[in-house]
Amino acid sequence: MGGIGKTMLAVDVRNLRKEFKVQKSREGLLGAFKDLFRREYQRIVAVDNITLQIPQGEICGYIGENGAGKSTTIKMLSGILVPTSGEIRVGGYIPYKEREKFVRNIGVVFGQRSQLWWDIAVIESFRLLRKIYRVPEPDFRKRMDELVERLRLQELLHRPVRKLSLGQRMRCELAAALLHNPSIVFLDEPTIGLDVMVKAEIRQFLQDINRQYGTTIMLTTHDLQDIEALCSRVVILDEGKIIYDGSLERLKQEWGKGKEILFRFSAPCPVAVLKETTAGIDVHWQAEHDWEAKATLAPTETDVSGLIAAVASRAQIADIQVLETNTDEIVREIYQSGAEAAVAMEETVEATVRV
Amino acid sequence: MSSLYLDLIRIRFLTMLAYRVNYYSGIIIYSINIGAYYFLWKAIYGDAESLGGFTVAEMTTYVAISWMARAFYFNNLDREIAREIKDGSVAIQLIRPYRYLVVKTMEGFGEGLFRLLMFSVPGMCLALLLFPVQLPTDAGKWLLFLLMLFFSFLINTQINLLTGLFAFFVENNEGMMRLKRVSVDLFSGLIIPISFFPVWAETLLKWLPFQAITYLPSSVITGRIEGAEAYAALGTQIVWFVLLIIPIFGVWRLARKRLIVQGG
Repeated sequence: MGGIGKTMLAVDVRNLRKEFKVQKSREGLLGAFKDLFRREYQRIVAVDNITLQIPQGEICGYIGENGAGKSTTIKMLSGILVPTSGEIRVGGYIPYKEREKFVRNIGVVFGQRSQLWWDIAVIESFRLLRKIYRVPEPDFRKRMDELVERLRLQELLHRPVRKLSLGQRMRCELAAALLHNPSIVFLDEPTIGLDVMVKAEIRQFLQDINRQYGTTIMLTTHDLQDIEALCSRVVILDEGKIIYDGSLERLKQEWGKGKEILFRFSAPCPVAVLKETTAGIDVHWQAEHDWEAKATLAPTETDVSGLIAAVASRAQIADIQVLETNTDEIVREIYQSGAEAAVAMEETVEATVRV
Repeated sequence: MSSLYLDLIRIRFLTMLAYRVNYYSGIIIYSINIGAYYFLWKAIYGDAESLGGFTVAEMTTYVAISWMARAFYFNNLDREIAREIKDGSVAIQLIRPYRYLVVKTMEGFGEGLFRLLMFSVPGMCLALLLFPVQLPTDAGKWLLFLLMLFFSFLINTQINLLTGLFAFFVENNEGMMRLKRVSVDLFSGLIIPISFFPVWAETLLKWLPFQAITYLPSSVITGRIEGAEAYAALGTQIVWFVLLIIPIFGVWRLARKRLIVQGG
């Protein structure tokens, strides 16, 4: 396990690749007839040689557009899919090779799929899972009490799963995935389709178990608020390639346009004057007329009050509006410029390696 | 671990019990089937005393026993597996520390036990009242039959597992599953006892696993196969059970590599 320094890696993936063969259907009647005898296949690269290391105890957000390869990665990491090539180690195991031993140590939640038995009461599902994971009865009771309290499951325990709402079910799914106290948890879109309240609850819960047990969590999501609330690190995937891997802060700095501040003046103030007064601040001015001007602060520039003070000293301000680029916009931009980003990313990686 | 499998059997049993209407209609369907075949065979026999080595009374018993045995060994595991592969819920099965195919077999066994106790036993009582069915009274014979019935279940389940797993390789294995269903019913001797087939077909069928599902156990209980031959029949079943493990193992390994989880 060549861990980096003292921290052991929960996930250690090198040049991981997954290709699928997909049947191509030829057009028309003749094509269909030909298909009967000889099929044509199309090779699709779902995950394209990714390298990724996650130390124990980290919460890592894994984002990307639909079809970017997030779920495929999660499925390889959790031992469901066999990779086409590359090295993969999760919690010290090679998932697809030692599946049965390996999965005892992980928990998985698929937002779009239930792992509870549909027709029986929730508590029955939990009891069955206890047996599947061979959790000793006292440990199970203790764990159960804790999960029931934190996820407010008390009233749901004796209902069949099919009678639960999506939010209720998702709370039960989380409990089911964590019953055996796994050290690594994979969550594939755990907040999909949930309302704001349940989302907040689930985020809080995940944060708590991460702090208390040092559980490593990797989650995919389309909701960037999940990432902002939980993740110290974010990995962005596009067309099977990692195009960003780093902190959310750095993402905002590198990709965000910085803060924008919109000034409206009660007396005309030419942009030249504004530029002159704010000469010491890294800011870009834009104005269509003398009554209004937009200041764009460089991402590294944090001196907002300095800017406002400088402007106020020369102009009469009627209104101020601070606009911050939100993560959604940043990510959208990254997706759009996927390929270029990949190049930029490689450069940054090289840079970090050299450092 | 064994307590897990017991639990799986129990839960499947309870799930079956939850759908009670199926249960009542099941008894009726099986009784109707036995009745239909009874009258059909009676018409075929006409004045003849015996055909293909069966007397009318033996045939009636054979038909009743075979259908009741079917209630036990029959399951839809092939369909379940194919469905789980197609809709991607097989992913959930693979994140659990158990053997998927063993779990499926246990669930099938739970279902089989349910049908045995809830369909076969009451259905048999009904058939005894309605038709001239003669059951043996020898306890040893019954014991051997029950053991053979268990192997019928295993072999039929193995065939179902294999058929179901084909969903990994083809987009739609519906046709395959239908073919399998008809083959099992016909070649196992359920619809027509193997001894009624032409000699060449009979010889061929003896080299296939299907006869081990119905023909062999039913022949033992109706007394057509006795003594050492009966044990040989059990031996044939065991051989097929062991042999069929090999392709299942191979297909499963291949399937794991081929798996594409559909739906995200």
